[in-house]
Amino acid sequence: MIELKHIEKYYNAGTVNEMCLFKDFNLTVHDQEFISVVGSNGSGKTSLLNLICGTLPLDDGKIVMNGNDITHMPEYKRQRLIGRVYQNPAMGTCPNMTILENMALADNKGKPFNLLPGTNRRRMDYYRTLLSTLGLGLEDKMSVKVGVLSGGQRQAMALLMSTMTPIEFLILDEHTAALDPKTADTIMMLTDKIVKEKKLTTIMVTHNLRYAVEYGNRLYMMHQGHAVLDKAGKEKESLNVDAILSQFNAISIECGN
Amino acid sequence: MTIILGVLEEGLIYAIMALGVYITYKILDFPDLSVDGTFPMGAALTSTLILTGVHPVLTLLLTFLAGAAAGCCTGFIHVKLKVRDLLSGIIVMTALYSVNLRIADGKANQPIFNRDTIFENEFLTRIMPEGLTPYTVVILLFLIVILCKLLLDLYLKTRSGYLLRAVGDNETLVTSLAKDKGKVKIVGLAIANAFAALSGGIYCQQKGFFEITIGTGAIVIGLASVIIGTQLFRHFTAVKATTAVILGSILYKGCVSLAISLGMKANDLKLITAILFLLILVAGNLNGKKGRIHD
Repeated sequence: MIELKHIEKYYNAGTVNEMCLFKDFNLTVHDQEFISVVGSNGSGKTSLLNLICGTLPLDDGKIVMNGNDITHMPEYKRQRLIGRVYQNPAMGTCPNMTILENMALADNKGKPFNLLPGTNRRRMDYYRTLLSTLGLGLEDKMSVKVGVLSGGQRQAMALLMSTMTPIEFLILDEHTAALDPKTADTIMMLTDKIVKEKKLTTIMVTHNLRYAVEYGNRLYMMHQGHAVLDKAGKEKESLNVDAILSQFNAISIECGN
Repeated sequence: MTIILGVLEEGLIYAIMALGVYITYKILDFPDLSVDGTFPMGAALTSTLILTGVHPVLTLLLTFLAGAAAGCCTGFIHVKLKVRDLLSGIIVMTALYSVNLRIADGKANQPIFNRDTIFENEFLTRIMPEGLTPYTVVILLFLIVILCKLLLDLYLKTRSGYLLRAVGDNETLVTSLAKDKGKVKIVGLAIANAFAALSGGIYCQQKGFFEITIGTGAIVIGLASVIIGTQLFRHFTAVKATTAVILGSILYKGCVSLAISLGMKANDLKLITAILFLLILVAGNLNGKKGRIHD
């Protein structure tokens, strides 16, 4: 469970350009909830993820994860329980290392990075089986450098790598936005499968309203740093793309877009 | 023949430093100028230790550790005090100039002639066959360089080595792996400068003296070796990057020696060093462009 309590976040604090993004913002993400977060540009979706992961410091308030106050915990320490996939497929893999080396890196998350061999040959078959679930033929290219793979292949690997070790939370930051529609669908289905299999608590930011409606069990629409729509469970199931779109248009017109 | 031997000796000595520069420049993507201070630091420490009677082999180990400590300083300044990478190196390099003079007992030049070194000792004269004596230094250097290269290759295949490669490749991923990328960078800088100091120490043992000016331009020599090596052998997948760097160092020293034999004076050495480096950089750029058209 992640709780955000009375979050305050200003940009350019103390200057004439000061902009308040979050003021007394509260959000509780329950265990095994899959939240789709939608909203216009600048509504604070990505900032929300960055606050949770520790990429951005907050000005006031508290972030509690599983009952522990993590407000001042450095970013890298929070990642023990978090897996994160970025919009840019390049962010989740090492381009100059081979597929096998990347898998081994991800596999060692949470273990000490000492002088033991980086790749455990006995895990090869396990990596192959994992990669074969992607259906991209990557299992036969273990010694190929990840840099030569396509964006979709890299994103699929990034998703696999970020969820390989036991984690509790999955943070998806528009992870299908840079992909073509078909690859995006594949990645989205794969995401759903992994989330269900591993019973992960997931926050997914997306611009694709169809994904937001089809996947997950809670829908959260943001506008100027607060929620304008928050539906879970049965209520969420009854939502359709048109209903959300009209709501979306309403807030966009308000902004003058 | 003596010229070739000289080139091989110098090339192999600087190759150890080049291995260190390879770590910072190629793997970490960190332009580390502290090498200009750690290379002479290795020499200063070696001369003082040998004069006080420390065993030459133990001296090598101590210089290695001292270099690692200096590298940690650069890393600390960059990571914890958040100073830009280039400036962190310059700060440490400048500070080390004075430190080196202190280590060498305030002398800008400290000879260790007639003392036992790894290249001149009883044990060596006993086991080396008469005919091989002119080649003793090259053979020994070759063994040391190969050992360093193999150890580095091995390290880069460990979990810690993987993390080092990852931090230069994609910092975000290291954070995602719940590891402190700053610490990994410090480790990388420590290893790199340990190699640089070791190289300086061996330089001192071979030449028989420490001189404060030997550090000037060390980073240029290191970078030139790394760039020549990796550019020339980039199409040979069988040649590992570490091997390429060593060959690059020898080639580079060969070019410098060629320039001198063509009539340049010894005083022009740094000028030659710099101009050759510039040529290599420009050639690398042209090569890159051609490659892109063919792609």
